[in-house]
Amino acid sequence: MLNNKGRPTQPTVDSNVDDSLETFTGNKGLELETPLIFEQGVPGRIGVDMADPKPVKSRLGGLERKESVGLPDLSEPQVLRHFVRLSRQNYAIDAGFYPLGSCTMKHNPRINEKVARLAGLGDLHPMQPTSTVQGALELIDDLAHWLKTITGMPAVTMSPAAGAHGELCGVMAIRAAHEANGEVRTRILVPESAHGTNPATAALCGYKVEAVPARADGRMDLDAFAEKLGPDVAGVMLTNPNTCGLFETDVKRIADLVHEIGGYFYCDGANLNAILGRVRPGDLGVDAMHINLHKTFSTPHGGGGPGAGPVVFSEGLAAFAPVPYVIQGENGFELVEQVEGDAAQSFGRMKGFHGQMGMFIRALAYMQSHGADGLRQIAEDAVLNANYIRVSLDDKLHSSFAGICMHEALFDDSTLKGTGVTTLDLAKAMIDEGFHPMTMYFPLVVHGAMLIEPTESESRQTLDQFIGAMRYLLDKATAGETDYFLSAPHFSPRRRLDETGAARNPVLRWIPDESADANEKTSVSAAS
Amino acid sequence: MSYKFTEDHEWVLLEGEVATIGISDYAQGQLGDVVYVEVPTIGDEITKGDELAVVESVKAASEVYSPVSGEIIDVNSELEGAPTKVNEDAMDSGWFAKIKVSNSSDLDDLMDEAAYKAFLQGLDE
Repeated sequence: MLNNKGRPTQPTVDSNVDDSLETFTGNKGLELETPLIFEQGVPGRIGVDMADPKPVKSRLGGLERKESVGLPDLSEPQVLRHFVRLSRQNYAIDAGFYPLGSCTMKHNPRINEKVARLAGLGDLHPMQPTSTVQGALELIDDLAHWLKTITGMPAVTMSPAAGAHGELCGVMAIRAAHEANGEVRTRILVPESAHGTNPATAALCGYKVEAVPARADGRMDLDAFAEKLGPDVAGVMLTNPNTCGLFETDVKRIADLVHEIGGYFYCDGANLNAILGRVRPGDLGVDAMHINLHKTFSTPHGGGGPGAGPVVFSEGLAAFAPVPYVIQGENGFELVEQVEGDAAQSFGRMKGFHGQMGMFIRALAYMQSHGADGLRQIAEDAVLNANYIRVSLDDKLHSSFAGICMHEALFDDSTLKGTGVTTLDLAKAMIDEGFHPMTMYFPLVVHGAMLIEPTESESRQTLDQFIGAMRYLLDKATAGETDYFLSAPHFSPRRRLDETGAARNPVLRWIPDESADANEKTSVSAAS
Repeated sequence: MSYKFTEDHEWVLLEGEVATIGISDYAQGQLGDVVYVEVPTIGDEITKGDELAVVESVKAASEVYSPVSGEIIDVNSELEGAPTKVNEDAMDSGWFAKIKVSNSSDLDDLMDEAAYKAFLQGLDE
C-alpha cells in the first residue's frame, strides 16, 4: 500500500498473513497495552529508598485512618512506563486536527510555554508579599488592560477559573446589581441553542430559565424574545456568534430591549475567536461577558491545562465585580482583596488567590506575539477556514442554515437518512482516519448535528485532508457500506465503547480482587 | 380511553380524572439509549407546560413537559434504577408520572394517535 506521496506504508506485509492476528502480549507493535496501575503492584516493591518515618502522636482522635490507603507498591520504571504508555494512546491538538465545534481547539504556541516557564514567573507563589511580585501584578494589569481594550468594556475581573465559572461570576454580579436596587427579579431568558452551561448558571443563581426559540435562519426569535420580557426578567444570556456558528444580527436590538425593562445582557464569550479585533462587545450593549483564555487566547485545555475565564463588565455592573483586583497605587501595584465602606458593593470572591496566573502569562504572550493586526487576522482566518469546510462539503452534507457561517460550520444528518449510519457512527469512523471527531448532537436544535470548528491554526493541506476523509466516508455511507460504520472504529487502541453501559452502571473506583493470584490473572485479561 | 400526544412527543392517557404521562416510542428512538430519568415529587402541583421530568440519554438531556395541570399523585420510581424501560416500553411500563388533572379540557388541543402519526410523517419529510 502506498501513501499519497507514493511511499509504501506497509512495505513488509505478506499478503498471506491475516492482519487481524492477535499477539501473545496484546501489544500491537509499538502500540503498547498497560494494565491498571493498581493491578501492577507487587507487595514490598519500592521505588524510593527512604528511612521509616518516626512514630508520631496522632492528634486526629477518632478521625485517624485505621486501614491502609491501598496504594500499589511499584518501582519507578513501572510507574513511568505506565503513564508513558497511556500518554501515547492520547489524542491531542499537538498530535493532529481537533475540529471539536464550540471548543476552539487551536494550536498552543510554544513561545507561550517558554515565557510561562521563566524562573521569575514559573516559580511564583501566590502568598509572596506583593512587593516581591510587582512584575507579576503588572502582567495581570497589562492583560486586564488589553482584555478591556479588545472588548471595549470598562472593567474586568480576572479570577474566574473557567468559562462556566465566568458565567457564574457575571450572573452573580447581575443578581447583586438587582438586589442593590431593591428589586427581586426571577427569570433569565436563554435562547434554545445556548451552551448548556448558560441555563445551568442561571438556575444555580436561583433564576427560572426560559428558553427563547430560534427563527428559521438560526438566530434568536426577536418577537418571541420581546414577548417574554417583563419587569421580572433579570437579564438575557446570549452567545454571539451563537452555537450554530451564526452572528446574532439583532444583537443591538436585543441589548436595547433588555435594557428597557431594566435587565442586563450577559454575553457568553465562548466564540470570541470569530470576532476578535473586528467587533467590540462593548459596542453591542453587553453588560458582562466571560473570555475563555483557553480558547481565544490559545492557553492549553481539554486535559492540557486549567481554564481561565476573566469577565469584562459594563459601567453599570463594574461596582459589583468580585475581588481581588490589581490597582496601581503610590508604591507600585497593589492587590485589592477587600472593598470597604459605601463603595462595598462587590458580591465577594469567586476563588482562592488571584486566578490562573500561568494562563495569564500565556494569554499575554499570545497577544503580544500576534499584535493588533495578528489578532484581527486570527478572527478572519478562523472564519475563512470554517467557510472553506462548509463550501467544500456543501454537495455532500446539508448546511443547517443558509449562507456564510462564522468560525464553525454546522451540518445536519439528512445525508445519512436511510443509510442506517448515524452521526455517532460517522464520528467513530473519523477516529479511524486519525481525526478527533467533530462535536456531535449539539446544538440540539439541529437533527444529528455535526459542528466543525477548524480554527485559524490549520493549514489548507490539513483542511483538504479532513474534507477528503469526510467525502470518502460519506460516499461509503451512501453506497450502503453500513457495517463498516457500525463496527467503527477499527484501528484505535479500543474499539466501540459501551457508552450506555458506562452511563447506566458507572464503575468509578477500582476494587481489589481478594483471590491470591488475582493480580496476575487481571493483568493478562486486561492485556488481551 | 385512548392515547393523546403533544408536539413535544409526550403521551397522555386519561382514566377518570387521572392522566398517565410518558414519552412516545418515536421520542425514545430519537433520544437513543436512556441512561437516567429524573421523575417529579408526589404531591407537587404542576402547571401545563412546566417541566415534569428530565430524560438523559447518551446523546442529550431533555426535559419532559407536562401536557396538563394538576397534582402529581404517583411517579414511576422504577425508572431511576431501570431507565432502559423507557426504551423498551415507552408507551406502557415506561410511564413517568400520574397527574390528577384539574382541568380535563387541557387535553382538548392534543393530537390523537392518527393525527400524531401524520405529524411524525411531516417531520420525516
